[in-house]
Amino acid sequence: MSDNILNVSRRGFLQGIVSTGALVLSVRMIPEVLWAAETSAGSHADRAVLRPSVFVGIDTDGTVYLVAHRSEMGTSSRTSVPLILADELDADWKRVKIEQAMGDPRYGSQDTDGSHSVRDGFTTMREAGATARLMLTQAAAQKWGVPVSECESDLHVIVHRPSKRKAGYGELASAAAKLPVPKKEDLQFKPKSAWRYIGKGTSSYDLVDLCTGKAGFGMDARLDGMVYASIEHPPVLGGKVKSYDEKAPLQVKGVKQTIPIKPFTPPHHFQPLGGVAVIADNSWAAFQGRKKLNVAWDNGANASYNSDQYKKELQDTARKPGKVVRNIGDVDTAFAKGGKVIAADYYVPLLAHATMEPPVALADYRDGKVTVWAPTQNPQAVQETVGEELGIPKENVTCHVTLLGGGFGRKSKPDYAAEAAILSKAVGKPVKVVWSREDDIKFGYYHAVAAMYMKALVDEKGKPTAWLQRSVFPPIGSTFALNTTYGDAGEMGLGWTDLPFDIPNHRAENGPAENHVRIGWFRSVANIYHAFAAQSFANELAHASGRDSVEYLLELIGPARIIDVKASAPDYDNYDGSPAEYPLDTARMRRVVELAAEKAGWGKRKMGKGSGMGIAVHRSFLTYVATVAEVEVDDKGEVKIPAVHTAVDAGTVVNPEATRAQFEGAAVFGTSIVRSGAITAKNGVIEQSNFHDYPVARMNEAPYKTSVYMVDSDAPPAGVGEPGVPPFAPAVCNAIFAATGKRIRELPLSKSSANT
Amino acid sequence: MISFSVNRQGVNLDVDPSTPLLWVLRDNLGLTGTKYGCGMAQCGACTVHLNGEAVRSCVAPVSRAAGKEVTTIEGLSPDMSHPLQRAWIAEDVPQCGYCQSGQLMSAAVLLRENPRPSDDDIDQAMTGNICRCGTYPRIRKAIHRAAGLMSTGGAK
Repeated sequence: MSDNILNVSRRGFLQGIVSTGALVLSVRMIPEVLWAAETSAGSHADRAVLRPSVFVGIDTDGTVYLVAHRSEMGTSSRTSVPLILADELDADWKRVKIEQAMGDPRYGSQDTDGSHSVRDGFTTMREAGATARLMLTQAAAQKWGVPVSECESDLHVIVHRPSKRKAGYGELASAAAKLPVPKKEDLQFKPKSAWRYIGKGTSSYDLVDLCTGKAGFGMDARLDGMVYASIEHPPVLGGKVKSYDEKAPLQVKGVKQTIPIKPFTPPHHFQPLGGVAVIADNSWAAFQGRKKLNVAWDNGANASYNSDQYKKELQDTARKPGKVVRNIGDVDTAFAKGGKVIAADYYVPLLAHATMEPPVALADYRDGKVTVWAPTQNPQAVQETVGEELGIPKENVTCHVTLLGGGFGRKSKPDYAAEAAILSKAVGKPVKVVWSREDDIKFGYYHAVAAMYMKALVDEKGKPTAWLQRSVFPPIGSTFALNTTYGDAGEMGLGWTDLPFDIPNHRAENGPAENHVRIGWFRSVANIYHAFAAQSFANELAHASGRDSVEYLLELIGPARIIDVKASAPDYDNYDGSPAEYPLDTARMRRVVELAAEKAGWGKRKMGKGSGMGIAVHRSFLTYVATVAEVEVDDKGEVKIPAVHTAVDAGTVVNPEATRAQFEGAAVFGTSIVRSGAITAKNGVIEQSNFHDYPVARMNEAPYKTSVYMVDSDAPPAGVGEPGVPPFAPAVCNAIFAATGKRIRELPLSKSSANT
Repeated sequence: MISFSVNRQGVNLDVDPSTPLLWVLRDNLGLTGTKYGCGMAQCGACTVHLNGEAVRSCVAPVSRAAGKEVTTIEGLSPDMSHPLQRAWIAEDVPQCGYCQSGQLMSAAVLLRENPRPSDDDIDQAMTGNICRCGTYPRIRKAIHRAAGLMSTGGAK
């Protein structure tokens, strides 16, 4: 995007600092349109001549400014969502400039979470594109004095069909701007056959910058005169500073001062954790200064939290009756009749997001207003949180969204941005808060640890006639409200109350668990442990009756039908998708199972010694995914994953290559969960700190090849960022069972007793 | 004062000699293409070349660079012409992209030393570079593609 690279020195932003005596280096600059315009002046789209919507502006030179209102963390939202608008507008993608929206409610929700950016944007973007196209068409008709019905768009031009006259969008922009903005009901959308980009996709708008070191992440944001901060957080959640050495850190060259940050008021929500900040003129000095703080802590009640003990408590709770969240038939009566009963416990530990870019934010507070640059999944949450922390209206908080070096849910929580704002106000200068990797691992909003208990009564063919499932985990709600111990309808709907199995007596339950660390959203959230338990247990039942895993899974799903989940689970929210638009359709679920099995050569290929295939299927974020994993297990129990075959029905897919990449990535993310990921606490302190003790999958551990097969569908778009994750772990563990006869009921493998 | 060269331009800095090269590049010189990921040579996001060898700049004190030539992602090629960058684009490698500077710098040393690496060679050389988004299969393909580009005349 070299044509977009402009010097923004007028704002003093991202200027290189050249040290004494140095030759002038060619410092990097930032593409101006990556950042929305200054403060309240609006966006480039707002300032364009023709601006029929907040999402699009067209200038007389034909430049089309498209506003990316969702964050870019690697899922291609910043490209794929504007691409929908460009398609409906018939805009030439080469003449499009994407600008990243600031936090601003006029864009609607900017929360880049829940795999819903394309899903939410699909209609909004097409409406905006169709509005602009109609206005340009009307302007052309007026110019030529012909009926609008004789005019139509082609690539970046309006054409008068009978005379073949053409006028470019830039040429028409001024005249179109004088017309009234058409009503929604007057818009006409392009038919699927005329789609230019949807279904074909394009590379990331930032691709070149990402390969040259020019891309602007939060970690890269700079302002003249800024200082750096590193914060010593309370090692135990809710801990408070008793005392610290104010002077010793100043002995470190570059350290300027220390500033205490007040502890949060429970519940912690997105508030900073508190602690002591060290301010310095570079990141390294701030890190070093922290080592000399010698903080004495009052650790508080969570100091009694030990993961070993907590695990036992969760597992005990999972064995006791819980709150019923879904009920079909009567499992108690069925079990009481007796017969062959199979039961199993499953366990998944706390997990940390470990985004490659740790939390980081730059804030500049002046005169009751603050400007923040942050890699955030939710700039409006930054505005709210920062506003509350500083006691100023959220309208006085400007949040620029940088590129995110990974998000996975961590960067939905803007505690780090609030820290930067608080410190900027205290220091009177722009402050960049840089979290170390250790800070990231030790002070996360963790994926919940969970224990599941599963029990089934099977008939002579092995099919369940009764099925009981119970999950227990500290809920995400504990982040927002005290004494929250049960999962909410949203969490229970993530693969628990919506299990689409054809069983006459079926009950899902949830037991209570207290949180002792911050719990938060993590790529695919509760689906991870729910799918692990349900899909592993289904596989156990298949083997217990000597049945083929795929055939058995299809029988469990049952005949093609639409399942009315709310009939048995009244609180079910279907990812906020209407049942009419997004029904739970077992035909689609069966189809991905059959497709994955067929592509993997299920039942047709002879697997060698220590090798096996496993399958799992799961619907999440309204997308149906079946994964067949192939594993090789050597004599030492080391597991390799030579191939993964994933079948996906995500409805209408806007950007197929980016979608493929998401499922490839999900397999690697899933590999980390299976192999090695585990966060544990002792006396309330997280025991892991960096990639040596919280390992994530490396190239030689990741699946060698992940093949992604997308079902062609006219259904509305569904999620793609997260749905690849949930079926992965059970598919691999089912494959390990096929290869070795060892059943993995606890993740990760490195902790599992079955791993010898 | 420590003097060295960065991307063929001389620099002369008054910094604590124990400061890791990473932070000097990023905070003092504004060369932010090189990324911080772990601070303990675990993830490879900070990989640069020191006299042509791949080093983890997060653990290399700037004093180690004295009198030497440092190459960062900004200096890998002036115009995106490096075969690896072209291959990275052709294979649509990056997702979030944060680790990719380090991936490219590690891969560049691999290809210089081994112009036709096998899959195992690539695994061996790239295992020190973490990608949390999981772009590994594309990185492997892109390295093979770049090797092909180099063997058929390299740039352009």
